[in-house]
Amino acid sequence: MRLTLKVWRQKNKSDKGGFETYQLNNVDTHASFLEMMDVLNEQLIEENKIPVAFDHDCREGICGACSMVINGRPHGPLKGTTTCQLHMRHFNDGETVTIEPFRANAFPVLKDLVVDRTSFERIQQAGGYVSIGTGSAPEANNIPINKNDSDKAFDAAACIGCGACVAACKNGSAMLFVGAKVSQYALLPQGHPERNERVLNMVAVMDEEGFGGCTNTGACEAECPKEISVANIMRLNREYISAKLSVEKE
Amino acid sequence: MALDSKIPSGPLGEKWSQYKSSVKLVNPANKKKIDIIVIGTGLAGASTAASLGELGYKVKAFCFQDSARRAHSIAAQGGINAAKNYRNDGDSVYRLFYDTIKGGDYRSREGNVHRLAEVSVNIIDQCVAQGVPFAREYSGLLDNRSFGGVQVSRTFYARGQTGQQLLLGAYSALNRQVKEKSVELFTRHEMVEVVIENGKARGVIVRDLVTGEIQRHAAHAVVLATGGYGNVFFLSTNAMGCNTTAIWKAHKKGAFFGNPCFTQIHPTCIPVHGEYQSKLTLMSESLRNDGRVWVSKSKGDKRKPQDIPEEERDYYLERKYPSFGNLVPRDIASRAAKEACDDGRGVGETGMAVYLDFADAIKKYGQHVISERYGNLFEMYDKITGEDPYKTPMMIYPAVHYTMGGLWVDYNLMTNVPGMYATGECNFSDHGANRLGASALMQGLADGYFVLPYTIGDYLSGEILTGKIKTDSAAFNEAEKNVRAQIDKLMNVKGTKSVDYYHRKLGKVMWDKCGMARNANGLTEAIEEIKKIKSEFWCDVKIPGTANELNPELEKAIRVADFIELGELMCRDALHREESCGGHFRSEFQTPDGEALRNDDKFAYVGAWEYKGENQPQELHKEELVFESVHLTQRSYK
Amino acid sequence: MNWFSKFLTSTVGRKVVMSLTGLFLISFLLVHCSINALMFLNDGGLFFNEAAHFMATNILIRTIEIFLFLFLIIHILQSVAITRQNMKARTISYSGTSSTATSKWYSRSMGILGSLILVFLVIHLKDFFISSRFTDHLGLDNNGTPDMYSEVKEAFQNPAYAMIYIFSMIVLAYHLLHGFQSAFRSLGIYHKKYTPVIEFLGIAFSIIVPAVFAAMPIYFLLKK
Repeated sequence: MRLTLKVWRQKNKSDKGGFETYQLNNVDTHASFLEMMDVLNEQLIEENKIPVAFDHDCREGICGACSMVINGRPHGPLKGTTTCQLHMRHFNDGETVTIEPFRANAFPVLKDLVVDRTSFERIQQAGGYVSIGTGSAPEANNIPINKNDSDKAFDAAACIGCGACVAACKNGSAMLFVGAKVSQYALLPQGHPERNERVLNMVAVMDEEGFGGCTNTGACEAECPKEISVANIMRLNREYISAKLSVEKE
Repeated sequence: MALDSKIPSGPLGEKWSQYKSSVKLVNPANKKKIDIIVIGTGLAGASTAASLGELGYKVKAFCFQDSARRAHSIAAQGGINAAKNYRNDGDSVYRLFYDTIKGGDYRSREGNVHRLAEVSVNIIDQCVAQGVPFAREYSGLLDNRSFGGVQVSRTFYARGQTGQQLLLGAYSALNRQVKEKSVELFTRHEMVEVVIENGKARGVIVRDLVTGEIQRHAAHAVVLATGGYGNVFFLSTNAMGCNTTAIWKAHKKGAFFGNPCFTQIHPTCIPVHGEYQSKLTLMSESLRNDGRVWVSKSKGDKRKPQDIPEEERDYYLERKYPSFGNLVPRDIASRAAKEACDDGRGVGETGMAVYLDFADAIKKYGQHVISERYGNLFEMYDKITGEDPYKTPMMIYPAVHYTMGGLWVDYNLMTNVPGMYATGECNFSDHGANRLGASALMQGLADGYFVLPYTIGDYLSGEILTGKIKTDSAAFNEAEKNVRAQIDKLMNVKGTKSVDYYHRKLGKVMWDKCGMARNANGLTEAIEEIKKIKSEFWCDVKIPGTANELNPELEKAIRVADFIELGELMCRDALHREESCGGHFRSEFQTPDGEALRNDDKFAYVGAWEYKGENQPQELHKEELVFESVHLTQRSYK
Repeated sequence: MNWFSKFLTSTVGRKVVMSLTGLFLISFLLVHCSINALMFLNDGGLFFNEAAHFMATNILIRTIEIFLFLFLIIHILQSVAITRQNMKARTISYSGTSSTATSKWYSRSMGILGSLILVFLVIHLKDFFISSRFTDHLGLDNNGTPDMYSEVKEAFQNPAYAMIYIFSMIVLAYHLLHGFQSAFRSLGIYHKKYTPVIEFLGIAFSIIVPAVFAAMPIYFLLKK
């Protein structure tokens, strides 16, 4: 199939950037979107142009590295799918495809389609863990965990940290990501001792990093490649309110 | 040079506990004065960095990804083994040890493997305490499933995303240390050289992948946890960024490379379908619990799978290996698939695939049970191929997945270069010639959480008086100069072919001649072809852009340059090992019914290769494997 | 009280404020709407006038009214703060467009819908609230109660004026359609069993209440 690609090109963080248009004449419908980008880059190299930089690694939909916005939608049009798992059979011959980086001020563009998502790292470092030292863990089966809770914790933990929720949100809000992280630990007994401090610290850093607030549009859930539920945002709200009301000292 | 594995003496079951209580320690006040560099933040790297940080060492951790959580351990699907015996099915530490040694076709060290089996139980405890959401039963207790090569259910899992959940656990432990300021984390930084001073590892040179800045980092010990080198084949189940550069640079600076030719070809991957293909996707081995592998009994059968009646199907694994059936170890399952396809009975458009059929399991348990077990894998298959595996059998074919070989390490996980360690997949230590399913996660975490934190004291206790290592020494100057020279050279080739062109070419040679089956002729040819690829690469590679910016083509070029050299060594190793064992199948050495024929008299050793200089063949050193507890038998899964 | 101000300025806390004030305004709408519905009784507005008079003079209601205005102002100020913060979080928008929307347009347009409602409120308060409360031009009905009914009737018999009202009620309906259930979400109330009930109530409320309000101008136009 033939495609016209409108790709965002930006040399570095301080460059203004803009769209460039490229023609691809022989795209295999079985190829993945990133394989199509590989073909584009091979073509650009041949034409002595600079290939398009984009983040990617596992290409199995699990590492969360790939991050582009395709025709206005993070990870493209297919529900529950990362860009790397999106295949060209979902596009039409002759179509014009617009490819942009994730847009959020907390995710500055580093080059072309590559954005800096270390703001997520800092949120996690603020409390996305259980303070258990290596070697001090009790026997694993000492605490049975209700299967329903454990399954819900898993559903939250399935987040791959790609940032599509932020990219999809008109407010650039990270609530789905933070909600998933907070939920995973809130649902498991192992996370309970630190649950209050965790949610307060993580939300504080989330705000410092310049993410917007949640206005419950639900766009994040719709675009999440792992279909993380907005129920996690409500749980985050609940955890935050209850932590605010119950902790004695902040 | 004699290789001392430093396996402690004493009965097998007591070696580790005795060693642990006698190994030298570093007292807490001194730990603060000791810097450690950890390269890689997968299961092995993150657990190593976190545990060392907890102990009080000053740790710097590096990864080339934009987040530590994206290391390729994340993609492991199936599970993690542990000898918990929760099923009451006769599992024990010894049985896990024995299965692993046997599964590895008796090419691994008894002492290391037993230690691995011992600490496996602690890993599960640790991960559960971190909040890893393992699969549970309605009782609220942990669930298990079985995996290839064993007859017990000892595999713990988190749907089809066990690696992700375990890595997120290790990553959370790492984050905690980052907050405590005991670990400093450098993302988008790639190690490009190791610094050796007076024979000891003293630091690394890294490249900031965003700015291209070359940085020096010094430490009292360097731990490499950079995973496997399966991408030498271009197409593999590894992530695009997985590379050999860190361990290859270490090798070129003196670290021996152990058993480089031992690669694991995973039997259940989605088949190759086009020229543009960039990677292969694994379908977890756990699928073989319920899926039945088959091809048609007749050659060139182009009927749809549904139209082939039961009696005309060849469930070849069940036929050839009745006691293990579809759950034979990976090397055997892979080779059997290759045989069927070579025999002209392969399925699909290319004829390079076999069926993995769930129809019987769906009939027996219902679709909801199968969906609960493998839902996300089925979805992934559907997404990639556009076919629904609930309705039509999956098509699978073997693909390069794991490399058992790696840097040679002793019992302390230290390479022969003092102060340089290797943990996880990048060392050669525990899996012999073939790794059993769900053992990679186990090894990565065992090394990082429960082995290295103890054993590293043995060396570091001698470093407490060293003081801060300086980065302005001659060794650092020299190392940085070399790095800059290499990058300049690459940027100045200004040739005509892209990096991928050479990588693909190398991959094809490796897959054809050093893949699932190898022979002396092919390997000899391969060595010559790779030499040619190397000289072409350095004359004609084209890298656009500059070195002082985010430049993925340059990153790839640095990696591929090392893959080319490694590929040659792999072929050399495969050529010298005149036997078949595990994943290393030399077609000249097989039993009459086509099974791997080991030669324990001549090859019961670890082949550790020493770098002898540019364009010189490496020198082989042998570490004889001593088996005190197990009896070497022909592996049989019949 | 540092924790409290921190709470009020955090993204989660801001939404809690929006939610609580919003829910209060919703409860006010219910009362307002019920009283207005009395106009449809065929008694020439006698009962309605009595109720309106009660609302305007009862000391408890008058006290609550102060809170009503307070919460309305907080709701507005907080929404301005949230909108500003959210606009700062994403300064560049996408140029690619998708044929399939992943969220409801009105959920993305609460600020605009809210602003339109504010414009309406200014008109509405000026004409009905200020004039009835602070001037004494209202006549008396047959029971000797101030005749709010005639005031309303007269106003709505102007078609342009009625149209503004009907349009504003449609805007209100969409604002409520998202706001009602969103308020519960911001408070962290979510349950597989009960959330569908809340959502159903939300939809019912968002349709019925504005419909009743909008029915008035239509009623009086037809009565002309």
